[in-house]
Amino acid sequence: MTAIAERGPGPPVTTPEVTMAAALNQALADALSEDETVLVFGEDVGPLGGVFRITDGLAARFGDARVFDTPLAESGIVGTAIGMAMNGLRPVVEMQFDAFAYPAFEQITSHLAKLRNRTRGRVALPVVIRIPYGGGIGGVEHHSDSSEAYYAHTAGLRVVTPATPGDAYALLRKAIESPDPVIFLEPKRRYWSKQATILDHAGATLDRAVVRRPGSEVTLIAYGGTLGTALEAADAAAEEGRSVEVIDLRSLSPFDDETVTASVRRTGRAIVVHEASRFCGYGAEVAARLSEQCFHYLEAPVLRVTGFDIPYPPPHLEDYHLPSVDRILDAIDRLQWQETRPAVKAGG
Amino acid sequence: MTSVTRAVPRSRKPPGLLPTGIPLTLLEADGQAVRSADLDMPGDEVLLALHRKMVLARRFDTQATALTRQGRLAVYPSARGQEAGEVGAVLALRPQDWLFPTYRDTMAVVCRGVDPVEALSLLRGDWHCGYDPYEYRVAPQCTPLATNTLHAVGLAHAAKLKGEDTVALVMLGDGATSEGDTHAALNFAAVWQAPVVFFVQNNGYAISVPLSKQSAAPSLAHKGIGYGVPAMLVDGNDVAAVYAAVQRAVISAAEGSGPTLIESLTYRIEAHTNADDATRYRGQDEVERWLARDPLTRIRQHLIARGLLDEPAVAALDAEAEAEAAALRQRMNTDTVPDPGDLFRHVYAEQTPALRWQQQELSAELAAAADDPEVSR
Repeated sequence: MTAIAERGPGPPVTTPEVTMAAALNQALADALSEDETVLVFGEDVGPLGGVFRITDGLAARFGDARVFDTPLAESGIVGTAIGMAMNGLRPVVEMQFDAFAYPAFEQITSHLAKLRNRTRGRVALPVVIRIPYGGGIGGVEHHSDSSEAYYAHTAGLRVVTPATPGDAYALLRKAIESPDPVIFLEPKRRYWSKQATILDHAGATLDRAVVRRPGSEVTLIAYGGTLGTALEAADAAAEEGRSVEVIDLRSLSPFDDETVTASVRRTGRAIVVHEASRFCGYGAEVAARLSEQCFHYLEAPVLRVTGFDIPYPPPHLEDYHLPSVDRILDAIDRLQWQETRPAVKAGG
Repeated sequence: MTSVTRAVPRSRKPPGLLPTGIPLTLLEADGQAVRSADLDMPGDEVLLALHRKMVLARRFDTQATALTRQGRLAVYPSARGQEAGEVGAVLALRPQDWLFPTYRDTMAVVCRGVDPVEALSLLRGDWHCGYDPYEYRVAPQCTPLATNTLHAVGLAHAAKLKGEDTVALVMLGDGATSEGDTHAALNFAAVWQAPVVFFVQNNGYAISVPLSKQSAAPSLAHKGIGYGVPAMLVDGNDVAAVYAAVQRAVISAAEGSGPTLIESLTYRIEAHTNADDATRYRGQDEVERWLARDPLTRIRQHLIARGLLDEPAVAALDAEAEAEAAALRQRMNTDTVPDPGDLFRHVYAEQTPALRWQQQELSAELAAAADDPEVSR
């Protein structure tokens, strides 16, 4: 992390290994360096560097007029970010944890998402709301929510979630450059995962999914914290002779129909994997879109491997809730491999 | 005293944070000028301008109410009786300042220079905000309560960071002071010393709920001290006092002294909107008492008594207001044809593929309907 934090703005350099936390820190530092209208604020993001240390060192480097702690009120953070964006600044604000962002929900859904539309495009709100989300870190209650569906359901917001350090850098830079408000969901259990990567955002796009692992028989659709689980499952399935393609959605809104449908039309089978509850969860939208756009290519129903329809469990029970490699492999087994055509019902 | 008791921190009484117990006044109900230790009487030119704008504002308001009855507006929340607050606060702003109005502040929006037809776009139902906020430095009228307080604080703080001499004035009502965003906004503004004026028009009711069920505070202005925000309580039907109080707050903010909270005591003469029935929650005698404290009569009596205004001048002004109302009537007396394509154009900076498809779906649906003799008939 040190080696990266010391790198100033300039051409991208190859780094041996970088954590997602360091990549996010670098993205903020580079955005602050390159654009003087960028501000970073929230709870404990100043001298402390945030509870996850994503803003580590930024206040010291850029000063407390550009990187600062606010009073403890999420609605206040987002509401004032809206006013600052109206006045030409590009706020990047931090919600400390997923469930602690709910006090800001009205500001996000009624104002941040809608002001461009309300004013026929006259008022743009280039605001990024960074939210560490999801479980898997042994957090006590209210620290592990997957709240993506609330935001993805709201027109006017972009909802983005990286799964790798390289994407964390590129997507955050693109989010800060975006003229639209972006809900930037950071899978907190991947903050410390490492990747050998070049931190660069040239050529990156904010709204495209990516095929992380090519395969020919099943498409696993994952994002954020579950991408790693899906990749592990794909490796395990390969050992059993199944060729599994893994897609990392990256942009939850807008949805990249092109990449996902192209894959599913090739493989004929699809499973959506996410930590959030199943009912009205993000996977429901993905399954519906695949049903609408790929029906004649499907060899089996689109399945979902998700959290249960329960409040997020306490730490000692969360492993029962989170999608696991085994659960994904079980779902793959249930994809009607014995039938090349949908089964004809008795009497039908 | 023992050293132990001395070690207990004493509550400090910061100077100037508490409002006066009696509302600040420059003109009594009968138009007589009174001296104030806190406020300076505006000059004659300003008083005449305030009176003129109040005449125009009231006529605009009654015209808008009439347009509702004619079905030209979907709804109109009247501010009749609040002209002193609507006009006094706006005229005290400088061109570089920003106004953050609510749905009840269409008078204020028009007073700031927004074309009345553009201002009424929201209530006519054509589009949510019909004017360019940057052209007039007027934010879109806010219909959720109190959320605009935070936008004002953010805009003002950004101005401070950029070294701009801009003050943001946010309008809110008595009901909105109960919302959490008002609390957060006063707190953020105070901590940041943001150049903001919180202008609370206490008109007695939040739709049907009286102030007594809204707050147990001695006054809404008293809420300021808890945040370290200096506060003033003003007679909201005294346009001279409103103007002087807001101007003092704007100057203070511009000089770097941070936010001010102003409670303007007034009364909503009309029901909440045309869809409301005020007789269910208040008596006509109460309305009559407030009609006797009419803000427009007060400034007019003052100006006439001082020889600054005479009956012919008043008649000329009434004729001007009547002409404006007639022009507005005529411009609003047409059926607008909104473009359904607009529904999809401004959701994102660049249209998403999904929205492009949905726009095409709607276009195809409309084209099919146009070709279908059953439908078009």
